[in-house]
Amino acid sequence: MNGHSAIRNPQSAIPITFTLNGKPVSLGVDPAARLLDTLRYQLALTGTKEGCGEGECGACTVYLDGVPVNSCLVPTYQVRGQRVETVESLEPGALEPFERCGATQCGACTPGVVMTASWIREHPELLATHSIRELMAGNLCRCTGYDGIVDSVAEALREPGSGKRDT
Amino acid sequence: MRRREALAKLTGRERYVDDLPLDDFLWGMTVRSPAPRGRVTAIRFGTDIAWPEFVVVDHRDIPGPNVVALIEQDQPVLAAGYVRHVHEPVLLLAHPSREALRRAARSIEVVVAPEPPALDFRAPPGPAEIQYGTDNVLKRLQIVKGDVERALARAAVVVSGTYETGAQEHVYLEPQGMIASFEGAVLVVKGSMQCPYYVLKALQHALAREEALVRVIQTPTGGGFGGKEEFPSHIALHAALLALKSGRPVKLIYDRGEDMAATTKRHPALVRHRTGLGRDGRLLAQDIEVVIDGGAYVTLSPVVLSRAIIHAAGPYACDHVRISGRAMFTNAVPFGAFRGFGAPQSQFAGERHMDVIARTLGMDAVELRRINLLADGQSTATGQVIQDGTDRLAVMERALELSRYREKQRGHAAFNATHATLRRGSGLATFYHGAGFTGGGEVALQSRVRVAGRPDGRIEVLSANIEMGQGTLTVFTELAAARLGVAPEDVTVAEADTARVPNSGPTVASRTTMIVGGLLERAADDLRRRVGLDDTARGAAVQQAIRRWHREHPGEPLVGEAAYERPPGIAWDDTTYRGDAYGAFAWAAYVAEVEVDLRTCATRVIDFVAVQEVGKVLNPTLAKGQVQGGVVQGIGWALMEECKWREGAMANNQLTNYLIPTSDDVPSVRVAFLENPYPHGAGGAKGLGELPIDGPAPAIANAVARATGADPRAIPLTPEKLMELLEIADFGLRIADSAP
Amino acid sequence: MNVLLPGSLPEALDMLASDGAAIPIAGGTDLLVHWPVRVDAHDRTYVDLSRLDALKPLSWTADELVLGGLTTYWDVIRDARAAQEFPLLGNAARQVGAIQIQARGTWAGNIVNASPAADGVPVLMAYDAVVVLESRRGREQVPLDRFYSGYKEMRRHPDQLVVEIRIPRRPYSYQVFEKVGGRRAQAIAKVGLAVTRSGAGWRVVAASVAPTIRRCPAVERLLETGTAIASPEALLPAVARDVAPIDDIRSSARYRTHVMARLLYHDLRDFWGKRG
Ligand SMILES: Cc1cc2nc3c(=O)[nH]c(=O)nc-3n(C[C@@H](O)[C@@H](O)[C@H](O)COP(=O)(O)OP(=O)(O)OC[C@H]3O[C@@H](n4cnc5c(N)ncnc54)[C@H](O)[C@@H]3O)c2cc1C
Ligand code: FES
Ligand code: FES
Repeated sequence: MNGHSAIRNPQSAIPITFTLNGKPVSLGVDPAARLLDTLRYQLALTGTKEGCGEGECGACTVYLDGVPVNSCLVPTYQVRGQRVETVESLEPGALEPFERCGATQCGACTPGVVMTASWIREHPELLATHSIRELMAGNLCRCTGYDGIVDSVAEALREPGSGKRDT
Repeated sequence: MRRREALAKLTGRERYVDDLPLDDFLWGMTVRSPAPRGRVTAIRFGTDIAWPEFVVVDHRDIPGPNVVALIEQDQPVLAAGYVRHVHEPVLLLAHPSREALRRAARSIEVVVAPEPPALDFRAPPGPAEIQYGTDNVLKRLQIVKGDVERALARAAVVVSGTYETGAQEHVYLEPQGMIASFEGAVLVVKGSMQCPYYVLKALQHALAREEALVRVIQTPTGGGFGGKEEFPSHIALHAALLALKSGRPVKLIYDRGEDMAATTKRHPALVRHRTGLGRDGRLLAQDIEVVIDGGAYVTLSPVVLSRAIIHAAGPYACDHVRISGRAMFTNAVPFGAFRGFGAPQSQFAGERHMDVIARTLGMDAVELRRINLLADGQSTATGQVIQDGTDRLAVMERALELSRYREKQRGHAAFNATHATLRRGSGLATFYHGAGFTGGGEVALQSRVRVAGRPDGRIEVLSANIEMGQGTLTVFTELAAARLGVAPEDVTVAEADTARVPNSGPTVASRTTMIVGGLLERAADDLRRRVGLDDTARGAAVQQAIRRWHREHPGEPLVGEAAYERPPGIAWDDTTYRGDAYGAFAWAAYVAEVEVDLRTCATRVIDFVAVQEVGKVLNPTLAKGQVQGGVVQGIGWALMEECKWREGAMANNQLTNYLIPTSDDVPSVRVAFLENPYPHGAGGAKGLGELPIDGPAPAIANAVARATGADPRAIPLTPEKLMELLEIADFGLRIADSAP
Repeated sequence: MNVLLPGSLPEALDMLASDGAAIPIAGGTDLLVHWPVRVDAHDRTYVDLSRLDALKPLSWTADELVLGGLTTYWDVIRDARAAQEFPLLGNAARQVGAIQIQARGTWAGNIVNASPAADGVPVLMAYDAVVVLESRRGREQVPLDRFYSGYKEMRRHPDQLVVEIRIPRRPYSYQVFEKVGGRRAQAIAKVGLAVTRSGAGWRVVAASVAPTIRRCPAVERLLETGTAIASPEALLPAVARDVAPIDDIRSSARYRTHVMARLLYHDLRDFWGKRG
């Protein structure tokens, strides 16, 4: 079986280049690495959290070519040539509504929450078809009961400057 | 004031235990029992693993007693040849590569000669299943007031009912984890925890180390809800044992699957009520039996049972009450602390029972509560006379008014008559929650808090109480700033590091703001006195005096301190379970409105109103967030959170199979507070953190009963269970068929 | 672990042909779940499809909507025309996980993952979709309702890729998709149901109630023949012929059967006993 030959000769690091938070990055990645681990343990960007490793909680949400994805389900080699943005790329000043409306408590879900929320804010047209609650459903939060999060998104959408980014 | 650490959390800068930079460390991993009970006859190590690369620890490597010190000394750090539950830790491994560790752990076979496990806490154990005492009862407690049997015999009506609640997994979003390392001879353990001094004691005990050689530091904690009360001691010990043996830093982080499978859950409970009433609905006698599943070790079950029975009779006046409680040994993964600590279980039963009584008497459920709610001067089951001036009827009225309960009742009748497959209804729960440790607990804790004045005039609060999302950092900052009249920016809260902070007790039992906050205020007063000021001095005067003091005492620390003192007039007798169980109760009335789809029997909460009296509300945003979060956790417990068991262990230990509510599953939770400042709580506050988990489940079950005619007695009320109930009630679809 | 990174479809097909055990990977939303602990999976060889740009777009012909082998749920959700002409596609796509999953998960991956609880498959089947498989040996077209032969068994050889999913364009006089999960959002179906009616007749497709997603010929016959049905219970015999639900960690066989019957009964109230 080919699988066995693979154990005997595991592939060494795969060289990849991608754009991370606006800057080009080149590195060799373990073929088995998830984007989440590469970000956290290889690139020391620990803002992105692991809450489940099964795509359920959204704590690991990053943007891949501008769209939110769960980085625990992305093999790192797949981001070659793509744009990856993490919570570290967000403008702190833009997070004021989240601070004001109680969007965070323990904070473990928060980086993922603000990533999805900021994406909604940049795409207000989505609200013609989707509710904030539906769009946020991939980000589990055990602390806030979601009102603080939903209110923050609604507030953020009211502020000038929302919907500015095109992806 | 806004949450202190909000921006750090929002930007991802906050560093949780798994985020801390660490050099030259090993990953740790736990090898666990595959069987619920039996002798470990062999441990087989796979032959395809390079074992010399691994650090392997078993019970023989424990320097001190093989015990995780808690109430009883019965739980081993690592099983020593005998296991009592699935997932009991047997071996520890460490290696630089996590992947290598996973392969190695998988190659190990723990062989257990099986013995008959006790797995059902509700049924009397068979002789071969007895493993604790003569009857597997871990703890028995009783509350007696008046003469229940006589009162029952005389009552015009007696209504009985049996109620059950399931286990609940905490699902704090940050899984548990610890790092153990050495600074010289000092063992330093950092991690996600609620109670640094519990961890310290456990480490000292099993590792036989004096306090000066152990230091415990809490890292920002991504949710706890009780799940990080007693359990972190285990992980701390495991990481420490691996660090001791390897001489290197060890990081032990659970993944979600291990966390859900191996850590504690809310105690499942069975509650029986026998209630004597007058024809007018007045409560004459309450005979209540509370049984909880403790799991395979004692852990905190006695105190959970205590809180469960104290809350079991509800916020009602009744002269004849008997509450008997039992915590049972089973070969299940031990159950543990979870927000509410027994009170949600017993109040689910009590509040659902109130509606069952109302239905039996043909009485309005609101009216039944109105005539029985405690008035000032009346006493609880333990004989605690309530005299706090809170208008409990007003709390209920407010909830009814905000939820438009009466109008909606009429609306629901019309809706249900015209809809083929949807049914709506509202349900009410009135309840209470005692803040702080029960009875003499707070006295025994001997909590201390310090408030330091820095040479630059800034203030530092030193306590062992931690931030896990509930707002400790913010509230402590506000309290210190308000007490001393300084700006919040001039107040810092020290990291909970046992080498620096005094033992102010655990961050549990809704005690942090009310009790520890009160100590903080007194420590601030003490600081003021030490610099020669009286309690009226504020602001710049205080800061100038601090700076002056430092100029006069160069290099010396300036610290104000306060220790716990029992509030005046509080008395509790632990042997008879009579007296003042808590310094204060918070009071609440919640209304849930539900919609049930008769095709799928799925229940959706479409409106929720939570009204409570918690003394003074210190920070409205934080307080509201606590309530909303607690309510949503309660909605999950009521409707969807179901642990599926296989030999006493959770079989659905994945977030895809253990469902918690998403944003799209819950309505906006409407919160209101009535304020009645509590004179002995910080800033007039009472405890708030746990209260909101007590009310949602009964309010929702009562609403489903109203909406459908079913008579739910157990939660979680999953669609599968509701379907059975509706068929029993022979309701629902037949009506649906006759509708247009 | 080995990963092969083809830049074109022919290259990918070559790789699959030469390594009979290699596993294609698209959005990874099935393959990467619990990845760190599934160490066996780390011993395999993968062929990364993510750069096969030609497989990404969805396209229209005069009589078909063609989903590419890499078209995602989100691609369909954003396509106004698809939403209008094939509303069940968008409806099902929106109920797959949440946005993070919809953005990555592909329709082809949903088909080949072969979960009996999938949401993409039932709506495709109800629209008479045809799976286009390609390998070095050539192209093959398999109607989706004949694609599965048993639990996780299907008419796809290891060297074949799903390169297209072809959906005939027809006017539909009735269509509905029902997903019953353990919660409203982001839940795996306990019962799924897709029903369409077009000139080609009734299609009733059930999910999560059998080892594979499948059509329900007995129920379809009741509709075609205009049999009068007076209650959900009256549908139980036909449902029992068509599906074989089990008790598992998510639900019970009993619940699934009854919900299936109730959904069919209530959703199709206007059609029972009416022919043509
Ligand atoms: C949190 C979460 C929630 C989910 N919720 C739902 C849900 O509600 N409903 C639902 O239906 N699904 C759900 N899923 C699963 C769903 O995302 C997948 O089935 C998805 O459609 C698979 O697509 P993918 O591209 O990610 O597949 P991958 O994971 O890349 O692959 C899946 C399988 O398909 C094979 N494969 C992929 N592409 C091809 C191709 N072109 N040719 C041949 N073989 C191929 C792979 O070899 C593999 O066997 C969920 C998943 C997660 C993690
Ligand atoms: S860690 Fe990726 S979704 Fe939970
Ligand atoms: S803030 Fe704790 S999980 Fe969301």
